[in-house]
Amino acid sequence: MSTQVPAEREEPVGDTPAVRFVDERLGAAKVTRGALRYVFPDHWFFLLGELALYAFVMLIVTGVFLALFFSPSTATTTYHGGYQPLDGVEVSHAYASTMRLSFDVPMGLLIRQTHHWAALLFLAGIIVHVIRVMFTAAFRKPRELTHLLGVLLLGLGLVEGFAGYSLPDDLLSGMGLAIAYGVVLSIPLVGGQLGTLLWGGSFPTAGAFESRLFIAHVFLLPAAMAALIGAHLALVARHHHTQFRGPGRTERNVVGTPMWPGYALRSLAWMCATFAVLLLLGGLVQINPIWQWGPYEPWLGSNGAQPDWYLGWLIGALRLMPPIEPRFWGHTWAGNPFFGGVLLPTAVFGLLAAWPWVDRRLWTRDRLDHHLLSLLRDEPGRVGATAAFAAFVATIFLAGSADRLFVAAGVPYEAQVWVLRAAVFVVPAVVGGLAARAARRQGDVRR
Amino acid sequence: MNVLARALAAAVALRAARRGASGGPAPDGPPGPEHRTAGASPAATRLVAVLLVLTGCAGAAVGVLLALHASTQLLGLAAALAFVLLAVALAVASFRIVPQETAVEDRPPVTDPQTRAALTETVRAGGDGVSRRALLGGAAGVAGAGLATAAAAPLAALGPRPGGRLGESRWTTGVPLVDEHGAPIRADALEVGAFLTAFPHGADPRELGSPVVVVRLRPEDVSLPPGRRAWAPQGLLAYSKICTHAGCAVALFRYPLNEETSTSPALVCPCHYSTFDPARAAKVTFGPAGRPLPQLPLRIAPDGTLQAAGPLSGPVGPAWWGVGHS
Repeated sequence: MSTQVPAEREEPVGDTPAVRFVDERLGAAKVTRGALRYVFPDHWFFLLGELALYAFVMLIVTGVFLALFFSPSTATTTYHGGYQPLDGVEVSHAYASTMRLSFDVPMGLLIRQTHHWAALLFLAGIIVHVIRVMFTAAFRKPRELTHLLGVLLLGLGLVEGFAGYSLPDDLLSGMGLAIAYGVVLSIPLVGGQLGTLLWGGSFPTAGAFESRLFIAHVFLLPAAMAALIGAHLALVARHHHTQFRGPGRTERNVVGTPMWPGYALRSLAWMCATFAVLLLLGGLVQINPIWQWGPYEPWLGSNGAQPDWYLGWLIGALRLMPPIEPRFWGHTWAGNPFFGGVLLPTAVFGLLAAWPWVDRRLWTRDRLDHHLLSLLRDEPGRVGATAAFAAFVATIFLAGSADRLFVAAGVPYEAQVWVLRAAVFVVPAVVGGLAARAARRQGDVRR
Repeated sequence: MNVLARALAAAVALRAARRGASGGPAPDGPPGPEHRTAGASPAATRLVAVLLVLTGCAGAAVGVLLALHASTQLLGLAAALAFVLLAVALAVASFRIVPQETAVEDRPPVTDPQTRAALTETVRAGGDGVSRRALLGGAAGVAGAGLATAAAAPLAALGPRPGGRLGESRWTTGVPLVDEHGAPIRADALEVGAFLTAFPHGADPRELGSPVVVVRLRPEDVSLPPGRRAWAPQGLLAYSKICTHAGCAVALFRYPLNEETSTSPALVCPCHYSTFDPARAAKVTFGPAGRPLPQLPLRIAPDGTLQAAGPLSGPVGPAWWGVGHS
């Protein structure tokens, strides 16, 4: 291990048996050597995507365990188990099996909570990664498709997360699903049909939905996401990582640590650190205690009920939307939830997906390949627009936690809603302007 | 523990030494950033060995704790400890044991114009001698559309057509109001300012059309439209409990305790703050709801219990294309 290795090897050295075995059967020596010499740029920015990747690994591992015990049925049963206060209460199999996982299955609660924390970290990792990509313009040619796959992954991740916490059929699940049903119904023309199609009848009495949601959560969506992650990574590897400007770094090379052995060990360390944090959270920090929420009944509700944070901008949008429900010729052309629940996310994701092309028209203005990352001072306009976009979503997100602010500071939610309705337009303009100015100043100082 | 402390001390000393040694990375300008140094630090090697053994111990501890029915907290701590130790071992190995290398790799060119020209030619050559492309293309489109229809048709089996049944309820004239356990509700069970949830006797309480919220206001405060004057005997009012915005339960009843400072009575949905005025036929006074809560006309039976005096005034729950007017 500690012997000095010559930098250039001219003479073929003796084969290692393992290498020979593999190569004589797969003929993969060239590809494998290329992979081992793949160079990763040394910057923590490039760890954000990896963070999401390792959280996804944790989701798969813990999710498989949970799926072995969870029973996706809303048929009722009488709960008996480790949680005394609910003993003898009529609940659904979904709720009862989640309770069993939490109180009676060995290590079940640790794995369930770790799974939930991993979902939060997975989406946080993707979102911070996207913000990094947007500000450094890493999406430019030839990486537009990589960006598109990433945006798609984020979208599926949101749906997957929502599907996950909707499964246990606790009060929070049910309130979320009621809203989802309302949003589906609100879609012009086909909403009613689509709702009864997806739910197999009317919410919540049609029993078909729970198992459909389960199949989506444990098979359809994870399979699609795994495929997208594979394609995303294949494209990253095809073009190699982007890099910041620096000594010896050009558009035609990558400077950094090769995969073998330095980066592989570093990345595995990062993976283990991610796992450690998730297990620590799963073990020590309670998340989604469904026994406190109780089973869902359509006539129950509670204030202070919050979705997982990554849906905060959607509930915020539903709250901020004024009471508009256009009706003409005896039809409701769009239920109110359509605007915040369908139109807004479609617009946000559409803009995210189209961003590489928007950027090319407005700021990059060429059809060349760009492998060196843009710095904030390079393009103040892009910085301002990106900051404004982020501020827009963040302001709507604030409305998602209005009842927290009400409880914490006593600001009535009516006042909050009115202020935020205005802030949705004002804050992005101000933040965008300030960000662009700061970027321009930074550029002036450098020059 | 002693071993761990010594190992950590060694790591700190090692780091300090490294920092001193590599004070000048010697960037000689033009030659480029590549460099490679090999030579594992003996202290780091020992540290990694210790950390790996401890990782094994922490992993085994998880098994032991599980057998002892240890708490979730202990299990999480032990499992996290194993991964922390492994993470540190891998990081130390990466930075202090294996060769340190900064390499420069040429980026593979994305395209090669010649190959692309050859590809274009290959694709084009596949159509040599083919005439009437528009006909074939059109026919293939028909085939595709037909097959897509065939593939999509079974999806219709997933759910029934909504028809007029979305938003329907079991409330009709004479249906008694019962509580969660099926017991009838007496008119005198509610004081002014109180509220409760009621269901139609004999119906599935989980249907969205079932739950109604019953409130009692002072009769002089109630101001219903002309056609509904008789719907609120003794100031008792009932409205569908399912929000007309997104279908949550309208679970909050705000009733002023001090008339000087408080706002008027309101039914509030905790999800998106749709606020309805129970005194004025559940008119929307704040929030996103697009229409009032459907009202249930009430009457008091001779035995003092509450009954529906008719069906709900409109369809229940969130709006859809066919919700119509209420």
